[in-house]
Amino acid sequence: MISQFFVLSLRGDNIVFRDYRGDVPKGSAEIFFRKVKFWKEDEEEEAPPNVDGVNYFHVKVAGLLFVATTRVNSSPSLVLELLQRIARVIKDYLGVLNEDSLRKNFVLVYELLDEVIDFGYVQTTSTELLKSYVFNEPIVVDAARLPPLGPAGMFMQGTKRMPATAVTKSVVANEPGGRRREEIFVDIIEKISVTFSSSGYILTSEIDGTIQMKSYLSGNPEIRLALNEELSIGRGGRSIYDYSSSAGAGVVILDDCNFHESVHLDSFDVDRTLSLVPPDGEFPVMNYRMTQEFKPPFIITAVIEEAGTFRAEVILKVRADFSSNITANTVAIQMPLPKYTTRVSFEQEPGAVGQTTDFKEANKKLEWNLRKAWFFQNF
Amino acid sequence: MAPPSQSYKSPSPSQPSGKGEVSDLKLQLRQLAGSRAPGTDDSKRDLFKKVISYMTVGIDVSSLFSEMVMCSATSDIVLKKMCYLYVGNYAKGNPDLALLTINFLQKDCRDEDPMIRGLALRSLCSLRVANLVEYLVGPLGSGLKDSSGYVRMVAAVGALKLYHISAATCVDADFPSMLKSLMLHDSDSQVVANCLSALQEIWSLEASSSEEASKEREALLSKPVIYYLLNRFKDFNEWAQCLVLDLVSKYVPSDSSDIFDIMNLLEDRLQHANGAVVLATVKVFLHMTLSMTDVHQQVYERIKAPLLTLVSSGSQEQSYAVLSHLHLLVMRAPMLFSSDYKHFYCQYNEPSHVKKLKLDMLTAVANENNTYEIVTELCEYVANVDVAIARESVRAVGKIALQQYDVNAIVDRLLQFLEMEKGYVTAEALVLVKDLLRKYPQWSQDCIAVVGNISSRNVQEPKAKAALIWMLGEYCQDMNDAPYVLENLIENWDDEHSAEVRLHLLTAVLKCFLKRPPETQKALGAALAAGLSDSHQDVHDRALLYYRLLQYNVSVADRVVNPPKQAVSVFTDTQNSEIKDRIFDEFNSLSVVYQKPSYMFTDKEHRGPFEFSEETGGLSVGVESVENIAQIVDANDKDLLLGTSEEEESRGTSSDGSAYSAPAYDSASISLTSSHAQSEPVISNPSLPTYSAQTSLAIDDLLGLSLSSSTTSVPPPPPLKLNAKAVIDPGTFQRKWGQLPIALTQECSISPQGAAALNSPQVLLQHMQGQSIHCIASGGKAPNFKFFFFAQNAEASASFFLVECIINTSSSKAQIKVKADDQSTADAFWNLFQLALTRFGSP
Repeated sequence: MISQFFVLSLRGDNIVFRDYRGDVPKGSAEIFFRKVKFWKEDEEEEAPPNVDGVNYFHVKVAGLLFVATTRVNSSPSLVLELLQRIARVIKDYLGVLNEDSLRKNFVLVYELLDEVIDFGYVQTTSTELLKSYVFNEPIVVDAARLPPLGPAGMFMQGTKRMPATAVTKSVVANEPGGRRREEIFVDIIEKISVTFSSSGYILTSEIDGTIQMKSYLSGNPEIRLALNEELSIGRGGRSIYDYSSSAGAGVVILDDCNFHESVHLDSFDVDRTLSLVPPDGEFPVMNYRMTQEFKPPFIITAVIEEAGTFRAEVILKVRADFSSNITANTVAIQMPLPKYTTRVSFEQEPGAVGQTTDFKEANKKLEWNLRKAWFFQNF
Repeated sequence: MAPPSQSYKSPSPSQPSGKGEVSDLKLQLRQLAGSRAPGTDDSKRDLFKKVISYMTVGIDVSSLFSEMVMCSATSDIVLKKMCYLYVGNYAKGNPDLALLTINFLQKDCRDEDPMIRGLALRSLCSLRVANLVEYLVGPLGSGLKDSSGYVRMVAAVGALKLYHISAATCVDADFPSMLKSLMLHDSDSQVVANCLSALQEIWSLEASSSEEASKEREALLSKPVIYYLLNRFKDFNEWAQCLVLDLVSKYVPSDSSDIFDIMNLLEDRLQHANGAVVLATVKVFLHMTLSMTDVHQQVYERIKAPLLTLVSSGSQEQSYAVLSHLHLLVMRAPMLFSSDYKHFYCQYNEPSHVKKLKLDMLTAVANENNTYEIVTELCEYVANVDVAIARESVRAVGKIALQQYDVNAIVDRLLQFLEMEKGYVTAEALVLVKDLLRKYPQWSQDCIAVVGNISSRNVQEPKAKAALIWMLGEYCQDMNDAPYVLENLIENWDDEHSAEVRLHLLTAVLKCFLKRPPETQKALGAALAAGLSDSHQDVHDRALLYYRLLQYNVSVADRVVNPPKQAVSVFTDTQNSEIKDRIFDEFNSLSVVYQKPSYMFTDKEHRGPFEFSEETGGLSVGVESVENIAQIVDANDKDLLLGTSEEEESRGTSSDGSAYSAPAYDSASISLTSSHAQSEPVISNPSLPTYSAQTSLAIDDLLGLSLSSSTTSVPPPPPLKLNAKAVIDPGTFQRKWGQLPIALTQECSISPQGAAALNSPQVLLQHMQGQSIHCIASGGKAPNFKFFFFAQNAEASASFFLVECIINTSSSKAQIKVKADDQSTADAFWNLFQLALTRFGSP
């Protein structure tokens, strides 16, 4: 149960503000924003804060703060999930979610909010169901101008992704020409975390993945999604308690996974097929997590030499460990540098094309961007 | 810190602030109100949009109320919605105008289109105007019986809204029972869910006043209702599922087959992508199995993987919320998570509050098998650029060391930290090495070798400095230069701002003296002198205590400061297990994230439904289960040595000191003007100052430090003997001061040295006390001090002397007024007093 919902821009403007229960004082948005400002300076973020018995929840999506307040001791994951969903529903409707599109479409957003929450209780967050209650037409905002929320919204921290432009289309807006295109987008997004020791040995490796789907199909057909048949969930077959067993080559072992509610798992145990009737809008079909050993796509080695009292030389090498007919796009390498670093000079391997290097003074980070990467590169 | 909100706002064109725009809008709305021309709706839409955008940014557009209502006669649903939104926002402030809207809202409630009926009903109930409730009952009643699920859904929440506006109206109209029958029979699952939330809220609010309501509330938790809801579980959407799960988690199953039925039914919910559903399910599982220890453990095993998946998917904020819950579980049953320690490794780009939780968990799950790897990982974090995390990591390593696993390797690591030459790392490590030594004295050789190399000048933080000093004192025999390091520190006594450090310094130097007297004598003298003139009461008292101890008997002093110590086996836990259990009971709520139970951060009326019944035991989770929790927590407590009591050592000695009942004056709390009243609690303390005249050692004595007590010079007994243990309560003092005539008024000078030494009132008080002249109140700041003294004739107990003494240290003059019960002895007393005062500060 929530009391208020509002969206703040990063400057603290109220873009949307809806009070559901009237038990939280009016200035809450401002109180919250002051808190946020304060964190930014201290770089200490404590979520969610509690001021005078009012609990503030927020999620940051596409540079906007989606905030909910409540006085009761409610479930944090429920409220946070809800905020995330609201953002997704709004994005489904507007096509692009950013400050500009929100401002232009705030009436539509209010209309959505009215149906999503009533007196603080969640009614529905399904884009599909909401369609029959919402009548405003979205005003389309030019997507190219602003960085949109990629389907990889879940990995927003530190990663920049280039989503296909088609995915920024509203689920309700019609194509110019009046005919809707029958399309469905399926993205597989994986976050790979690998830690190397200084000697190149892999200390930890983990993959967090998600299968995202965004459907523009009319008539809601059933879709079958076949996964690798060698897939097994939980280590050592069905038992997640047994951590000792190992599996043969080619077998993909997921530590764990979860599914969207529209997914039917009836035949999953037999042939690893998911069947679902995709609802409109964007949603994760499946999230999974694995710690099975795998070959990391890149290997980075860094050699640091002290070249004099006030100078250090860093040699960074990146080796791409996949076949040469695949290229990786938009590779960015960051390296935190000591606080007292004043100047950085770069030297690139001769013949390097499409590479940029930069030293970010503010957060003392070195950035090296490669538009394309393939086998073996040095820096 | 924050400028007014206006300054955040961008000067965007959509945000005018003037009144001009509002009155413009008013005009335009008027023109459109009556118009029937085609295209009116479009221009109305534009105008309405403008109004709403003003409303959002906080401009008051309530003056447009009547115009908006006039324009609302339209069939355009988008317009209607905007109008409803506007009305809902401003009706509360304009109850009279709100009446205008009733008419068209009521009409809309009878519209053909269920959508419009629903919308109108929702807006009608959202007006929040008390005197309009009579208009609500009719539409709500028919709304609840509407053929459309949408309208019934709105009406169910509408009944709850009505309850909040006027509880009596809602109950009188019998809405609760209508909601109940809807909940149990409606075909639309969202209607059922809304009825359930409305009923939960209504009945738990009613329960305090009506017995029937509390019975009804209990009935929600009865087996038929729970089974009914669970059987329809798949129909509910994910949010309604959370609601039902929350209810189920409070249900007390009748037997174990009941429990297994429910768990089997809900098991697939653990694979849901919505974290809220998963956590709610986890709560059901955990609470149901509390009484079955083995199953409870299996539940932990089962929920581990889904929770870890949730942590790694979802937004940062969500994963923090889930991680907090995982943290709670790890803390309750660390051994069950000991093989998953790699999941708690920090990633460099995680925010620091996440890292903190993870460090906590890493510390908790450490056992014989994984300690080495965990500590290796933690050592990496120590070099982290984030200072707070680096500190936490050092502390985590120390905590693991205190858990007794593989201490050998850890001690080496800790000692490496000491040599890292980073101030904060050294500081944290010092504190830990100290704790470590208290628990494992056998490591002293290795530690001392390293600690001895640390220059005390590089240690700035009070805690670390105190730890270093403690070690210097405790192991002074093993550290060659300990006395000299201490001496250096004492030389800089005045620059040392932390009282804790000064206290430790006193203790350490005494310990050192008792073991290596010749080298430390000078330092001890300086330390005691500095301590006695210290403005901090505790420091001063401890110095005095040590001084007297030494004077009394050196071997007793040795027994006090260097008693045979037992290694500390268990450090006290910081959070008691009752609170932990409370938080566990409130699983899947903010309590877990804040790590405190809900009563600490929510108002009473906002506690969730059923909160009260849990307290009264009407809904006990089962007595045996509570015991079970206690056992688990006990077991944890044994393994986990969370928290370290810093001051155990010093507490021991200071409690010894209290036997000597140090005077408890606090110069800061006693102001000149209200001295009598404020000093009352101090003086009426039963343990009054009990110094004998014998202990009246002039400070100069201390500096010479002749240790044998025989050298103490006792002043010749004066002709008038004063009672050294004189007692008077402030009330009596005040009364006497008012009644008695002034016996003498004198001015005398005090010695320049005395004036110079009088930098705080305490110094003089000690001195005068030595002469059996006690102070009842004192105050002032250099150069002006004011004292009220009193003394009692030892021969005639009813004969008191009262003195008001004003001292100006810059002119070294004192103005004294003496009053006495027995006027004849006043002169004799004056002589004594003057003698005492002039001696102050003289060598």
